[in-house]
Amino acid sequence: MKIDLNTVKKIAHLARLEFDEEGAEKMMKDMTQILDWEEQLNEINTEGVEPLTTMSSEVNVLRADKMGEHLSHERALQNAPQKDSDYFRVPKVLE
Amino acid sequence: MEKFLSFDDIQKSLEIRETDCKAIVNYYLQNIQTKAHLNAFVEVYKESALEQAAKVDEKIASGKAGRLAGMVIGIKDVLVYKDHEFNASSKILKGFISQFTATAVQRLIDEDAIIIGRLNCDEFGMGSSNENSVHGKVLNAADESRVPGGSSGGSAVAVQANLCTVSLGTDTGGSVRQPAAFTGLVGIKPTYSRVSRWGLIAYASSFDTIGIFSRNIRDNALVMEIMAGPDNFDSTASRKPVPKYSELLHFDKRVKIAYLKETIESPALQKEIKENTLSILERLKEEGHEVEEVEFPLLKYVLPTYYILTTAEASSNLSRYDGVKYGFRSPNAHNLESMYKMTRSEGFGEEVKRRIMLGTFVLSASYYDAYFTKAQKVRRLIKEFTENLLNKYDYILLPTTPSTAFKFGEHSNDPVAMYLEDLFTVQASVSGVPALSLPNGKDQQGLPIGIQVMANSFKEAELYAFGSYLMELSNN
Repeated sequence: MKIDLNTVKKIAHLARLEFDEEGAEKMMKDMTQILDWEEQLNEINTEGVEPLTTMSSEVNVLRADKMGEHLSHERALQNAPQKDSDYFRVPKVLE
Repeated sequence: MEKFLSFDDIQKSLEIRETDCKAIVNYYLQNIQTKAHLNAFVEVYKESALEQAAKVDEKIASGKAGRLAGMVIGIKDVLVYKDHEFNASSKILKGFISQFTATAVQRLIDEDAIIIGRLNCDEFGMGSSNENSVHGKVLNAADESRVPGGSSGGSAVAVQANLCTVSLGTDTGGSVRQPAAFTGLVGIKPTYSRVSRWGLIAYASSFDTIGIFSRNIRDNALVMEIMAGPDNFDSTASRKPVPKYSELLHFDKRVKIAYLKETIESPALQKEIKENTLSILERLKEEGHEVEEVEFPLLKYVLPTYYILTTAEASSNLSRYDGVKYGFRSPNAHNLESMYKMTRSEGFGEEVKRRIMLGTFVLSASYYDAYFTKAQKVRRLIKEFTENLLNKYDYILLPTTPSTAFKFGEHSNDPVAMYLEDLFTVQASVSGVPALSLPNGKDQQGLPIGIQVMANSFKEAELYAFGSYLMELSNN
């Protein structure tokens, strides 16, 4: 799969990443190389095979709906890069 | 003189009052200082370790000590420990102080283990050489110009250089077994879901496991039997009973062993590793076991399957790092969207960004079926093949790695070449089955070689017992 610069830009936006020109060129090259290598899977016939979507054999793990410990306000805000007394703070959404 | 090389040593010294936990911790602290240049430890919990040691000493004196009293453990920088910092070796988690302790770690503390510090690794567990870390690279104590393997490189070197008794790592595609092979240690990846993942920072949730590095099988088995088991905080964790692995190490039966033709004949396999693998297979035959060659035509597809699925899961798991609630936030942003983008672009390292991009791509609407669903189908084929084989044979034996420890920078410019390092370890990860890497001699340069044993899901007891036997066999 040949990845072009436009695709790199689109995917980067979806992943909330950004690259400078040099970074985008390198990403384009790396992604093309890795996807080409991953496409080997097309050599395998998987007709009629169900996709494997879970690895744990546990199903319906239930527990009583009891109140447990919870984080205090203060501890929840402890790691915030920016906060006030009650909330996490972020830059303006609209300028 | 080297001391405390096994938990057995420690327990004997404690029993005859030759030493106490404080002295043991001080011994390791001294070693950590002397070998600081190896860069295995990111942070040493000197104070809390000594405090804990004093508490355990009191418990020993009053006869109330837990089963791990005297054991000193280092934990990989992706496992959280309450009120201690951790970073997953990433700038994006700079300054993060954990609110809680990982279940696996807590269970060890509850049995009076002493946590001595956190250990360097590849960023978010992504790497095979420990070269992708905001804390810098880790040196292999067997040859300091070489990598210790990854991603749990610091955890491997910490035990290799006797900086703690055992260490915890995590293994998503080989991140415990490959560094164990590169440093001459015992390393296990348990069955998927055997150990709770609560408090393990997610990389690829359907692959991630917590594993153990040790010098011998018994220490490894003991730590595993304490960590494993159901957990209210991880609904995927298996509720199957956990046997007392450390008491089931006796092995005296004849077993059926398969080895995979494609691994032995792989052109990437280093000559000495091939020889040592064949020679142990030969020894097993001589001992009366049934040893057979089996074809595994899917081998070359295991890594591509692994990378499609793990990058997809990683792109989703790592979307939580947005600079809002914790960790690093870019100071350069002017609005919310640029805060997300700049925080993530400045906070993540190159390999992590590459995997997020690939994962986002294979999950994007137009390519989802062609890549992601396809890989999920192939995963089923690989898993079924492996399980069927393990219904017919008790164990699969294969080399842990294609080569011994390589030089720094050797694979830095070619991501696919680095991915191929995990060629032999990913089969167990894709299939969810347990695998153990054991030391199996050295190459001509004196670098450790590993041999890997796989067994069927939840057969850790059988794996440890056979591993114990195999280690005796390879030493004779």
